[in-house]
Amino acid sequence: MSPHRTGATAARVLSQLRRDRRTLALLIVVPCVLMIIVDQLFAGREQVFQSVGVPMLGLFPLISMFLVTSITMLRERTSGTLERLLTTPLTKLELLVGYGIAFASVAIVQAVVVSIVGFGLLGLDAVHSDILIVLLAVANAILGMAFGLFVSAFAQTEFQAVQFMPAFVLPQILLCGLFVDQAQMAGWLRVVSYALPLTYAFDALDRAAHMQTLGARFWLDVVVVVGTTLLALGLGAATLRRRTP
Amino acid sequence: MGPTIAIDGLRVNRGGVTVLHELDLRVDGGVVTGLLGPSGSGKSTLIRAIVGVQIVAAGEVSVLGAPAGAPELRSRVGYVTQAPSVYGDLTVRENLAYFARVLGAPRERVDAVIERVGLSDMAGRLVGRLSGGQKARVSLATALVNDPDVLVLDEPTVGLDPVLRRDLWDFFHELADGGTTLLVSSHVMDEAARCERLLLLREGRLIADLGPDELLRRTGAADLDTAFLRLIERSEAG
Repeated sequence: MSPHRTGATAARVLSQLRRDRRTLALLIVVPCVLMIIVDQLFAGREQVFQSVGVPMLGLFPLISMFLVTSITMLRERTSGTLERLLTTPLTKLELLVGYGIAFASVAIVQAVVVSIVGFGLLGLDAVHSDILIVLLAVANAILGMAFGLFVSAFAQTEFQAVQFMPAFVLPQILLCGLFVDQAQMAGWLRVVSYALPLTYAFDALDRAAHMQTLGARFWLDVVVVVGTTLLALGLGAATLRRRTP
Repeated sequence: MGPTIAIDGLRVNRGGVTVLHELDLRVDGGVVTGLLGPSGSGKSTLIRAIVGVQIVAAGEVSVLGAPAGAPELRSRVGYVTQAPSVYGDLTVRENLAYFARVLGAPRERVDAVIERVGLSDMAGRLVGRLSGGQKARVSLATALVNDPDVLVLDEPTVGLDPVLRRDLWDFFHELADGGTTLLVSSHVMDEAARCERLLLLREGRLIADLGPDELLRRTGAADLDTAFLRLIERSEAG
């Protein structure tokens, strides 16, 4: 893998994002505004905000990066630049890692800003370090990116790519344990919940926010999130075909 | 030294239809070879096979002695797609700087190729805001930035004004004189006159491989358009 070509790709993707001021603003401002809404929504019921605030903060980047990556990669596929790039010395791994670096840096900025609003302004509190929350948020962003990359292969238009978000991410958010605890779910839903990666991403955030000892389950969560990311990236890479029909 | 591009028994199927039928051909360096034929004749498919992005059903395609698409060829073969494949949300210079880095070309080449395709005044403009012809030239420049040994261009002059077309063809000849192997596709027969050698493709079959003068002589036609039509009629009769 050439760091030169990987870095060039990351810089290129960042320049493209930088040009799109509106998307950047939406990426940063929308989660902050939603955070404030949730805070106000549960004004007087501080405990509810404390229990959903941190997981929300950690899951935003996943949703944003899923959308941004699936659209960017779809454009790369449909504009012919992907075919063109794959005839150059750039390898699939370099392309993917380049994308990863670019989106992870955006995710870091996003997570840091939302953390400042949440922890600083709205009095959100986590048992463990705020930095751990930001790290988990970035890990989730990369997971979202890997999902986005993978589903971009199944979308022919940007409309379809956007619709993959509710299809792919919303069920996971509903079932991850944020709204209803797994113990209270119907048996079959619990099985589904434990089969979905977001359940583990949520659990890790929940533990970092609310439990004194992270425990072995926290590390299992991390392994599942990282493992799923690698799996999705691997599957995504397999959809980047140099030779096509 | 063998031919730059060697194709033997190439067959390509797309969507259940055979679009290239057992094609055999050779392309040599130092001249501009034109790949001509009506749209749908298989030109783009053949070009895609040469740069190694086309799934082929049978046959062999080799470029500079290596199988098409081999890693060692990727910085030696330049490919210009039919629709400009550049980033609309980057400037002309940013597009070229990116391709230069990916292709391992020195930075100084960026401004040199921008000038070469006549876009110096536009270097800081977003590609998405340029006209179709200007975009096509940016796309061409990205393939030239690392001075490839082989340049494969899919209809690079479509939609360009006559002056620009003439300039580009002069430029292609300059490159060929410098030792670059060029294969340029076109569906406009008047461009055939600008090639030293013509490969005429129709319905996935090579119906002629000759020079433009020879084509006129052999068909007794006054112009290349008529000559091509006569060839088609003959190939259908035979």
